[in-house]
Amino acid sequence: MELLLNITIYLPLLGVAAFLFIKTDEAVKWTSLIITTATFFLSLPLLFNFDVVNSAVPQYLTEGSPIFSGMDIKYLVGLDGLSLLLFMLTTLFGPIVILASWSSVKKSLIGYYSMLLILQTASLGVFASLDLVVFYVFFELSLIPMYFLIGIWGGSDKIRATIKFFIYTLVGSLIMLVALIYLGYNAGAATGIYEFSADWRFISGPEYTPGLVEQTWLFLAFALAFCIKVPLFPFHTWLPYAHTEAPTAGSVVLAAIMLKLGTYGLVRVCMPVFPNAFMEFAPWMAVLAVIGIIYGALVAMVQKDVKKLVAYSSVSHLGFVVLGIFAFNTIAVQGAIIQMINHGLSTGALFLVVGMIYDRRHTRMISDFGGIAKKMPVYATLFMIATLASIGLPGLNGFVGEFLILNGTFMSVLYDHKVYAILGATGVILAAVYMLWMYQRVMFGPITIKENEKLVDLNAREIGLLIPLVIFMVWIGIRPVDFTQYSEEWVDTFITQTEEKSIAVLQNTNTDELPEWTAKIYDLKEHQTEQKLVVTKD
Amino acid sequence: MDYLHDLQVFLPGIIVAAAGLLVLLLDAFKKGMHVTYGFAVGGLAIALLISIQAMFGESGTAFYGMIVYGGTGAFGTFIVLLGALFCVIISRDYLRDVDLHNGEVYAMILFATTGMLGLAVSNDLISFFVSLETMSICLYVLAGLMKTEKTGAEAALKYFLLGAFSTGFLLYGITLIYGATGHTNLNEVAAAAEPTLLFLAGSGLLLVGIFFKIAAVPFHMWTPDVYQGTPTTLTAFMATAAKSATFVAFILILTRMLPGTEAGDWTNVIQVVAILTMIVGNLIALAQDNVKRMLAYSSIAHAGYLMVGLAAGTAAGYSGVLYYLFAYTLMNIGAFGVIAYYERNHGLDFTEIDSYAGLGFKVPVMGVTLSIFLFSLAGIPPLVGFVGKYYVFAAAVQAGLIPLAIIGVLASAASVYYYLRVMVYLYFKESHKEYSMRRPGFVFKSTLVILAVLTVYYGIEPVLPTTGLIELITSYYAV
Repeated sequence: MELLLNITIYLPLLGVAAFLFIKTDEAVKWTSLIITTATFFLSLPLLFNFDVVNSAVPQYLTEGSPIFSGMDIKYLVGLDGLSLLLFMLTTLFGPIVILASWSSVKKSLIGYYSMLLILQTASLGVFASLDLVVFYVFFELSLIPMYFLIGIWGGSDKIRATIKFFIYTLVGSLIMLVALIYLGYNAGAATGIYEFSADWRFISGPEYTPGLVEQTWLFLAFALAFCIKVPLFPFHTWLPYAHTEAPTAGSVVLAAIMLKLGTYGLVRVCMPVFPNAFMEFAPWMAVLAVIGIIYGALVAMVQKDVKKLVAYSSVSHLGFVVLGIFAFNTIAVQGAIIQMINHGLSTGALFLVVGMIYDRRHTRMISDFGGIAKKMPVYATLFMIATLASIGLPGLNGFVGEFLILNGTFMSVLYDHKVYAILGATGVILAAVYMLWMYQRVMFGPITIKENEKLVDLNAREIGLLIPLVIFMVWIGIRPVDFTQYSEEWVDTFITQTEEKSIAVLQNTNTDELPEWTAKIYDLKEHQTEQKLVVTKD
Repeated sequence: MDYLHDLQVFLPGIIVAAAGLLVLLLDAFKKGMHVTYGFAVGGLAIALLISIQAMFGESGTAFYGMIVYGGTGAFGTFIVLLGALFCVIISRDYLRDVDLHNGEVYAMILFATTGMLGLAVSNDLISFFVSLETMSICLYVLAGLMKTEKTGAEAALKYFLLGAFSTGFLLYGITLIYGATGHTNLNEVAAAAEPTLLFLAGSGLLLVGIFFKIAAVPFHMWTPDVYQGTPTTLTAFMATAAKSATFVAFILILTRMLPGTEAGDWTNVIQVVAILTMIVGNLIALAQDNVKRMLAYSSIAHAGYLMVGLAAGTAAGYSGVLYYLFAYTLMNIGAFGVIAYYERNHGLDFTEIDSYAGLGFKVPVMGVTLSIFLFSLAGIPPLVGFVGKYYVFAAAVQAGLIPLAIIGVLASAASVYYYLRVMVYLYFKESHKEYSMRRPGFVFKSTLVILAVLTVYYGIEPVLPTTGLIELITSYYAV
């Protein structure tokens, strides 16, 4: 199983190597399809053999030796309750994005499919790695293929979009790198054996309790990198550009997988490693998340371009995920994890659907359509399901995630205010408005534009690549427990552990030695304020 | 005093010098260029093999303490020879196409290399100065090779005048140090050093001379013009081997002559210069439209990153710098190599970024390798440039220089823009006209592919189960 996990991660790279010997375009496409399909099927045993009861413990571990004595940086991959489903989602999308580009990409195919395959390995690597340095390497590696995917095969304004995407994300991750190095030395000192430690199992565990000052800075640095990746308002400005200019497959991977690297990082690193900072900054993050939910929805409503509309809806939906993560109770975090999968499925499907109509008409403007449903009934049906899943109709997957998140947010002790849940819930209503309105304008009414008369319905390939997504949308909607079970134990364990760790940190803290601002943030030195109160009462 | 032993530990330098003389003689008797070229490559290769062996060997001093061997010096010798060898290999096709393919060029490269080898092992201010001048004078000549071009003449003259000026500083610094301590041997100077004005002024002037040679801001003005006017593969030689040798000598001076005493605490100065160098180098590089000038400013910025490791002043910092020099040699020679290839096809003024539009698809090997080198220079994992940057910044963080590290990573984030810009032209823009490209020669192509493979290999090497290179380097500083 350990070997299987590694094979799954690196098999796509083997495909890239195979391209050295393949010359014809057809062979390139088939090789990529076979490789990604094989990756998907090879990853299934990982799911079936997963020990659900112990999902808090990483499984299928491969552990290398530290790179050199004293430095605990090592090759460490494994899956646990948090990463398993996202890992599976990535392998599922592998063949789908290959099929989605089958006939629409015609320029330098070897380059294109190599980029998709490298991206696959990088994303799988991020989800599987449990050493923070290895995590960082994969996190950054995923930028390069996406840079080329947008830059070479993108739309008219591709250069600006891809550079904005690259620089924006890179600035965040470089600051994270400095924080990571500091964290490594800080944690290394706590091991007593090593000088430097990047082993997530140790850093997130109860033995390592970083001080409040360190936590604040480190949390902010890590959270900045992840929030840019999510993207959380106000760091979202790169996203609409990147999405609009990227080729269909690029948008799908970006939405379904790469945005999850941000939210995944928040749960994987920020929550268990910096418990006090995480809890203290939670209301602030929730404010940003709620602004993102409403702002994203409002901006989506006025878009003329379908793809841009879906891109802004991502900002809104990922606001929900962040809201759930920082609500910090079992229900909300569970909801956030399942919502990551849901967003991947439904937004991925929406981008695919938009790509299909773009291939036929070479436009994405809502005003260029209308009445399509008559000409393309199958398309209309699948589009409808994806739309409804994205809105959160009960019975489909979106509902499950949003319900859990809002439910958890409502009860959250950290937020201490119901207003977050109430404002968040308006996002669901707004989603229905912009999605259904868009659907109505594209699909219904009379056909006003001549070209639309000639539209042909989906072919077998296009239906085939949407069907698996639809199956999972319905499945998660009807029996969510089949999926949430994987992360249940993980979330329970880590919420308890994080709480305990935050208390331990406070106990270790000498309040008098803290700088003024830290004490202020964490509401320490209460005795002083109490004394003042006493004085005023006298 | 065992002369044979002393000669043996400096064997790489002797071989390279002998090869240089041989090349000069062969060229005089017109034996045909491939024999000459073969001797140059052969001499460097043998010296390289010996130096690899020496990296694992014992260390000590030789020639009455004039030079060190083993440890830092051995690794410096290795980097210099690696850079020189690769530069000579990729030079042949280029020099032939620009009509400069003659024996003197190789002889000059070999003599310059001899100087660098001396520089990388010098343990005495006299041997330091003599080696530095041997290297510099040969480099002045190489900078002026394209004497009929305006840029070539400008490069040589500018390099020579400013170089001579900085030599003055250097020599004056050495004089003052000798006056203050009565010694020129690094260890003896360190033992006799006191924080007198004389000594401080001396070591300050010495540092100015070194800053000039490594192109640190504000002593960097010569770099872009010289790099632009020199034949491209020789620019690679200057940017890698010469810079590595000077940096290794800098490390030796810092660790042996100025170890963290009151008289030798130049950390603050190095920090300030590092910050200036990173910021100025990267910011000016953003505005360059000529790829060679862009790489010149990028090399200034890289000197800044290297100085971050020196500012840390710890074993981790020095070993990080040595690793970075190795990484920098691989990726920079690669980048200059591909640029030289494009130049060979379309004439010497073919270095404007605008003319690179759409070239990436023309000869895929060249486009892909150039992209790998540029990503590595930008410090994107999993490439060797990232590993190098990681080690120097980690050393700075460990030494408590967190603001320095943050400025460093932000500067390197800015640098990504200009590296990406080259790729934007290579791949994302359509070419203006149809270029016909000659196929690159087999040796040339394989050299670049080898460099690219090494760039990737050393990027992932830290997680491979083999013994890491960094472990070997760190062992030099183990007490």
